[in-house]
Amino acid sequence: MPLPDLPPTTPTDEFVKGLWRENPVFVQVLGMCPVLAVSNSAVNALAMGLATTFVMLMSNLLVSSLRNFIPKQVRIASYILIIATFVTIVDYVIAAISLELYNALGAFISLIVVNCLILGRAEAFASKHGIGMAALDALGMGIGFTVALLCLGGVREILGSGSLFGVALFPEAFQPWVVMILPGGGFFTLAGWLLLINYLKERREAASVMLQETPE
Amino acid sequence: MTETTQPARPPVWPMYRSLVGIGVLCAVLIVLVFDGTRPIIARNRAEALERAVFTVLPDATRRVTFALVDERRFEPVTNGSGSLLHAGFDADDRLVGVAVEAGGMGYADTISLLYGYSPAAETIVGMQVLTSKETPGLGDKIQTDEDFLANFAALDVKLDETGTTLRHRIETVKQGTKSEPWQIDGITGATISSEAIGDILAASSAYWVPLIRRRLEDLETGGIDAAP
Repeated sequence: MPLPDLPPTTPTDEFVKGLWRENPVFVQVLGMCPVLAVSNSAVNALAMGLATTFVMLMSNLLVSSLRNFIPKQVRIASYILIIATFVTIVDYVIAAISLELYNALGAFISLIVVNCLILGRAEAFASKHGIGMAALDALGMGIGFTVALLCLGGVREILGSGSLFGVALFPEAFQPWVVMILPGGGFFTLAGWLLLINYLKERREAASVMLQETPE
Repeated sequence: MTETTQPARPPVWPMYRSLVGIGVLCAVLIVLVFDGTRPIIARNRAEALERAVFTVLPDATRRVTFALVDERRFEPVTNGSGSLLHAGFDADDRLVGVAVEAGGMGYADTISLLYGYSPAAETIVGMQVLTSKETPGLGDKIQTDEDFLANFAALDVKLDETGTTLRHRIETVKQGTKSEPWQIDGITGATISSEAIGDILAASSAYWVPLIRRRLEDLETGGIDAAP
């Protein structure tokens, strides 16, 4: 039996939530494998973010339009099949656009299939909402994921290679911190961003509590 | 006596219909995209190889691909597979060198590379890594370190008197200790990757250089016949 549709919310809310309040990387901490592995340069981060967004958008659209057709017993198998199809398509398209990028992203394109963020959106959202809302949700989450990857990739490339998007930023004397583009650097950078974002959130919450407590 | 009610078995047909239907839809989508991108990907690969051939054979202006037939002689081919060589010719149709593809195990995964061999100078005159997954920032210096790449501007691969084996096998030495023309100055911090390059070149040149020297005529005449 298909899952019942959830009560409607505003389209803006569905789109915006992925950018900040429910950001897939900084708040939900989902899809850590590509986040840590492919964020060693800004170009790789951007390409992986866009590829994931495309897969999420297309699979959300298909899952949402087929939601009354897929019985719940086989829904996960169906979602994985749909996601794997779009990942294969992205794999061919990236190889056609740039072999250099294809070689840089390596095995991580195929591994988009197992990014729990995409399956999570299909199961938790697209299977319970209409096509329009599912598309907005995927776009919001995808953009949030891409921005988060860029935040990591940018910092790691600047410190680890002394450049951003391949453009050198520092004079020759700059000694890059090689550790930043190695796996360890991924964890350090992610920890730094999580610390900053949680600090900002706490400060904001404290400010709103203070505002409520202040007598008029 | 109490009766337990069995849970109703879900109907099979909707599950079957859904999985097979989605499977067919996905298969059609993949086939369409595969067919659409195949010629573009093949062209990208050919262009990348073309660029690499002219990088490792800087004096060449034209290339002809040869296949090794019966492990004895070379014949020009338009699009073959297996053991292929790319002979580079200058504007006067003189053979300036042969680009050879080689591969082997690196630190993270297999490395494939292309190197240029000049029969006249009996040296390797250029090397370019085609694919590698070596550690970014360390192992991938085999592609970016200028001092390391300078090793391959003139790397000695002379044959001995018998014409069947190399006089000296190519070897990678510690950074800054290169003293012989057949040695490769390694990279500190990318020891395994730079040694892998040396091993790949040593194994490939030991096989190909005697063959190329013996059948040089095939390449020279075959290349002129294949001239546009």
